[in-house]
Amino acid sequence: MFRAPTLGAALRQQGISRREFLSFCGAMAAILSLPAGFAKVIAQALSETRLPTLVWLEFQDCAGNSESMLRSSHPDVANVVLELLSWEYHELIMAGAGQAAEELLERIVAEQEGRYLAVVEGSIPLADGGVYCTIAGRTAVDIARHVCSHAAATLAIGACAWDGGLVAADPNPTGAVGVQEAVPGIRVVNLGGCPHNPANTAALLVHYLTFGEMPALDEYNRPLFAYGRIIHDQCERRSHYDAGRYVETWGDEGARKGWCLYKMGCKGPQATFNCPTVRWNYQTSWPVKSGHNCLACASYRFWDTMSPFYRRLPQVAGFGVDTTAGEIGIALTAIVGAGTVAHAIASAVRHKIRPTETTAPGPTAVPPEPPHSPPKEDDHA
Amino acid sequence: MPKIVIDPVTRIEGHLRIEAQVDGGTVTQAWSAGTMFRGIEIILRGRDPREAWIWTQRICGVCTMVHALASVRAVENALGIEIPDNARIVRNLIAGTQTVQDHIIHFYHLHALDWVDITLALKADPAATSRLASSLSDWPLSSATYFKGIQDRVRGLVDRGQLSLFTSGYWGHPDYRLPPEANLMAVAHYIEALELQREFIRVHAVLGSKNPHLQTFLVGGMSTAMDPVEPMAVINAERIDFIRSRFNDTLQFVTKVYIPDVIAVAGFYRDWFGRGEGTGNFLCYGDYPLGSINDPARYFFPRGAIFDRDLSRLHEVAPENVTEYVTHSWYDYAEGNGAAVHPFNGETNPRYTGPNPPYTFLNTDQKYSWLKAPRYLDRPMEVGPLARMLVAYVSGHERVRQLVDGALTQLDAPATALFSTLGRTAARALETQLIMEQLPVWLDELHMNLGRGDLRTFTPGMWDPDNWPRNTRGFGHMEAPRGALGHWVEIEDRAIKNYQAVVPTTWNGCPRDAKGQPGPYEASLPGTPLARPEQPVEILRTIHSFDPCLACSVHVVDARGGKPVVRRKGG
Repeated sequence: MFRAPTLGAALRQQGISRREFLSFCGAMAAILSLPAGFAKVIAQALSETRLPTLVWLEFQDCAGNSESMLRSSHPDVANVVLELLSWEYHELIMAGAGQAAEELLERIVAEQEGRYLAVVEGSIPLADGGVYCTIAGRTAVDIARHVCSHAAATLAIGACAWDGGLVAADPNPTGAVGVQEAVPGIRVVNLGGCPHNPANTAALLVHYLTFGEMPALDEYNRPLFAYGRIIHDQCERRSHYDAGRYVETWGDEGARKGWCLYKMGCKGPQATFNCPTVRWNYQTSWPVKSGHNCLACASYRFWDTMSPFYRRLPQVAGFGVDTTAGEIGIALTAIVGAGTVAHAIASAVRHKIRPTETTAPGPTAVPPEPPHSPPKEDDHA
Repeated sequence: MPKIVIDPVTRIEGHLRIEAQVDGGTVTQAWSAGTMFRGIEIILRGRDPREAWIWTQRICGVCTMVHALASVRAVENALGIEIPDNARIVRNLIAGTQTVQDHIIHFYHLHALDWVDITLALKADPAATSRLASSLSDWPLSSATYFKGIQDRVRGLVDRGQLSLFTSGYWGHPDYRLPPEANLMAVAHYIEALELQREFIRVHAVLGSKNPHLQTFLVGGMSTAMDPVEPMAVINAERIDFIRSRFNDTLQFVTKVYIPDVIAVAGFYRDWFGRGEGTGNFLCYGDYPLGSINDPARYFFPRGAIFDRDLSRLHEVAPENVTEYVTHSWYDYAEGNGAAVHPFNGETNPRYTGPNPPYTFLNTDQKYSWLKAPRYLDRPMEVGPLARMLVAYVSGHERVRQLVDGALTQLDAPATALFSTLGRTAARALETQLIMEQLPVWLDELHMNLGRGDLRTFTPGMWDPDNWPRNTRGFGHMEAPRGALGHWVEIEDRAIKNYQAVVPTTWNGCPRDAKGQPGPYEASLPGTPLARPEQPVEILRTIHSFDPCLACSVHVVDARGGKPVVRRKGG
């Protein structure tokens, strides 16, 4: 039986400086909407935490979420965290194949019951006995029920694993659903988006490893820190919307000057996600910055509810007025948005939800002792 | 001996199963099966063709953007749209970046562990590793201290009994032949490549907003508005410098690390230049237009086909000659099980007739895959980097001739050595070099246009569906990292009536057809010796040399003469 090392030991072994590590923890605290002082809390907890095994299952997927994970930023420290998670099963990149791979998966489920993390990418087909996705002769739904129900926590990563995604779009030829529906009775944390943003997933894992719990979630079991704010409110082109300056035709003067894309069909006013602030690929860009309208890819069933993607959102009142999201958007958006404004910071530490109802953190994911209390306001890392 | 099964085949995209008959330690027959189906083309019916690319791009997140580009080209072809020069260049830059990125990841993270035993790296002498690396190139990360650090990192994994992604490898297999020092060097480059790809792909973030799943394509051009001095413009002088810097760094890596590594590894496995051939037929649509997409004579990668490994003759390619069989695929055709049907005339009748899961073996005498079997002039064809390099070589492409002849001289191998497992791997590396040399040239063209005030990135006339004909059809193609990709679309009353993709891995990974002709994967495996049939690393070597992408390969065709599509989706 292995004995997992602590992150602190591994960082020292791999020549990551304390300074680099603290900078990573600061970035994670920022994404999690935690006060700056929490960087120190995260740093202390992570250096003492023993990290669990991670199993990444792919079903009806495009592997885009796996690829997105390979592009995660803050590579030095993130690499260590990812390596120490003992990322043992992941079809896209694991060394083993066939029987060797399947035996490994069985061994993890049997020997580390209630202690490993399960990640699911891709939808799960239920029609016709599940024949539309089989691995090693077993159906996706069979594998998901077996592996996820014995995990400490399950993360559904990307739109397809959350709500069936594109595969479940009308007319849903294979009866595809997300993990929560395919495996009833387990608590799933959903990280929607097409693909998921790896910065959020890394932050979620860091939170789990630091506090032994998942962060505050919304009614879709999505972490509020990532899905609680309306894109339109965070958009760098918002001032153009307020001033009535719009792209009218692709490639026009407004497009060159970075004006608002509302008239081209932008779904930002109805979408919640931290895409404009976290961005992609080392925070290099995001769709609106690159001149294309937002598709609301982190919204529930967005493939059907947000298309046609180039059709202008109806009923947006008050051009040139600082309309609130609640007035514009669908009810859900408003609820989530309002909740966030009030509670994002406090709830991240006070209002935690256990990853599963039944499972206490196992020996590989023991929260550090003594439990951390929120730092004082002036206690900056 | 009963059949052996590899399922899942890992280090690929998607769900692939290989069943192989083994006699006397040698593969005698093989069957390739795709085991996942989504039905994306069915989902597309009735939707706005201007957004088809957003949907089709999700066919694959590994070779992301290839289905987006093929899709906008298909719709532009149907509507008669010519895109501006800047949009052409930006698309070439995005596609070239994708292929380079994909090939580097393929070699280091998907394919290398077929040749490299990571555990042997522990036995290496870091000083000797440093001498080995320095003998191959002047890449700066080559000191003994550096390799010692990498070795310690591997030892840390081994010591704590958690090998992470490396846990279930076939370590200790007798056919791992690299000396410990080469293994250690390869592990170092595995890690370096992981970091390089993160940085390099920021080019996609600039030109495509993010990777995977770019979001700047438009039917008619690109959303990447240009202005030389406007700070909010997607492409300005500063952003061009940003891209150029990533191109320079990656060209260095390809020249000084990737190519020397492939040559070095190949030197220890020379018999794999005589193994894993496949069908001997090669197909390439051509790509990277230097002028109009409708002028294949001005593609950077020429179009053509090679039959029966005859390198003296290049055949013309006409998309009308593409057909697909479902004889051994889980679909029905109204015309019968033996019919070969053109993409525009296809049918959508998925019908699973395989064994009830959980199962041990497929009925390979019957239907056994979700992949159809595409044929060109009724022949199974290999597509991909090897096909492209061979077609370019035969057509007299000057730089390709230099690269291929240079590599063959270095390896002391004849041209026929290319028809092999390692031939594919070498062709992929040479293609990476070729494209990586070209990307800065195209970037300069974009910069020139910017400088002289040509800022057009979009052709507006046909954006408005009021200007469309009532019914029209189009064909779009591209050379994806894994090979020739075609999209066929039929538009009626402003909506998609019909959509089909014939995808590289469908060509390469397809099952048998009505005549019993095996596909390229299936044809490449017989004759492969297996030192330990329970650890079939030799099969993985050949299958990985094709770089399978299964999510791409499973698709369906709409019914012509079936139920008319009257639904208009989403409003």
